Amino acid sequence: MPADAIVRSVRQLGAGALNGVARIGFAARFFGALITHSPHAFWRFGLTVREIYFSGVLSLVIIMVSGVFVGMVLALQGFDALSKYGAGDSLGIFVALSLARELGPVVAGLLFASRAGSAITAEIGLMKTTDQLAAMEMMAVDPLARIVAPRFWAGVISMPLLAALFSVMGVFGAYIVGVRLIGADSGTFWGNMRAGIDFWPDVTNGIIKSFVFGIAVSLTAVFEGYTAQPTAEGVATATTRTVVFGSLAILALDFLLTVFMFRGTGVV
Amino acid sequence: MNRSTLDFWVGIFVLIGIGAIVFLALRVGNLTSLTTTPSYRVEARFENIGGLKLRAPVKAAGVAVGRVDRITLDPKSYDAVVTMRIDKGYEFTKDTIASILTSGLLGEVYIGLSSGGDPQMLVDGGEIKKTQSAVVLEKLISQFLFDKASAPPEVSK
Repeated sequence: MPADAIVRSVRQLGAGALNGVARIGFAARFFGALITHSPHAFWRFGLTVREIYFSGVLSLVIIMVSGVFVGMVLALQGFDALSKYGAGDSLGIFVALSLARELGPVVAGLLFASRAGSAITAEIGLMKTTDQLAAMEMMAVDPLARIVAPRFWAGVISMPLLAALFSVMGVFGAYIVGVRLIGADSGTFWGNMRAGIDFWPDVTNGIIKSFVFGIAVSLTAVFEGYTAQPTAEGVATATTRTVVFGSLAILALDFLLTVFMFRGTGVV
Repeated sequence: MNRSTLDFWVGIFVLIGIGAIVFLALRVGNLTSLTTTPSYRVEARFENIGGLKLRAPVKAAGVAVGRVDRITLDPKSYDAVVTMRIDKGYEFTKDTIASILTSGLLGEVYIGLSSGGDPQMLVDGGEIKKTQSAVVLEKLISQFLFDKASAPPEVSK
């Protein structure tokens, strides 16, 4: 009996690993098919615009409000730590650099994964459960082109814009707390910020990151939705997986991209 | 929601998104580093560059006139070869002295240029002959300590 249990658990482990690898392979194949079906999303751009409204415009409020609060907290904590070393003047650089390089893309990406990614997964999953995707195929409409591609590209387009907005709102939040409340000098706040941050590579690195995160989150969302088990429970699991894997993908990619971007600048 | 309202909101979203990127470019960062102002290259050899980094500013009389473009090590003389890009608008004499300086005690490291009186000017690809290496604080301190130790004890009267 114990031997049987051991064999079973080993078997389960192997099956899990094989399934995981097969799923990654299927995701890659899915991504390829998605790209080849993508021209449809741009020919009928109205479909993509509709999805930009649902994943981009409706995420505006949460992104902007979070940005302001993150900026305000950064200013409070940063000013406290910096002024200990007499570097309170660097508050502007500190806040803007952390927002433009890291926090903007990453936090906006995490919010996007939970706000828009989960909605996309649930929508596509439910379409599959209610056989709408199958019905489309019966009518010779390819669901990959009609449903999946517009949602994917809407996410890819929205993500950099949302991340940039997040960073800008964060800078304003820091300005409100740092300059208006704490009383740092407004001139040095903006002046040091401009002197210490370059559009290339600081701001552009952030934009590249948010673009990559947009691809990762959107792909996760549409893939999980498309491969969801066609049951109520299956859709729920798929939605959870989108948030979990989307967030993990963002954090892992962020580390990789940061290592690449710092290569050759003397840090790594 | 009908089509035109949808387009309207998406349009607004895209516009403020692009506005945010422009704000990041102009107000938060300085775009001037992106617009490649016409510049020329000048080389200088230093015994020791200390903490000089790529893209560090090149200043004359405290005014930024260029940036450090490349830092390599000469495999024969073991000198550091620093290539600077200097904006086309500024010209420096051939006997300019380039020195590696630090702004404040802990501030950024930059290259300071001080012009001489030579009538000939540096051209693209030219070399600054007179250089002054970075002052390494540890070396200075150890030198000072060794001097103290090796000096003959003062004779008290």
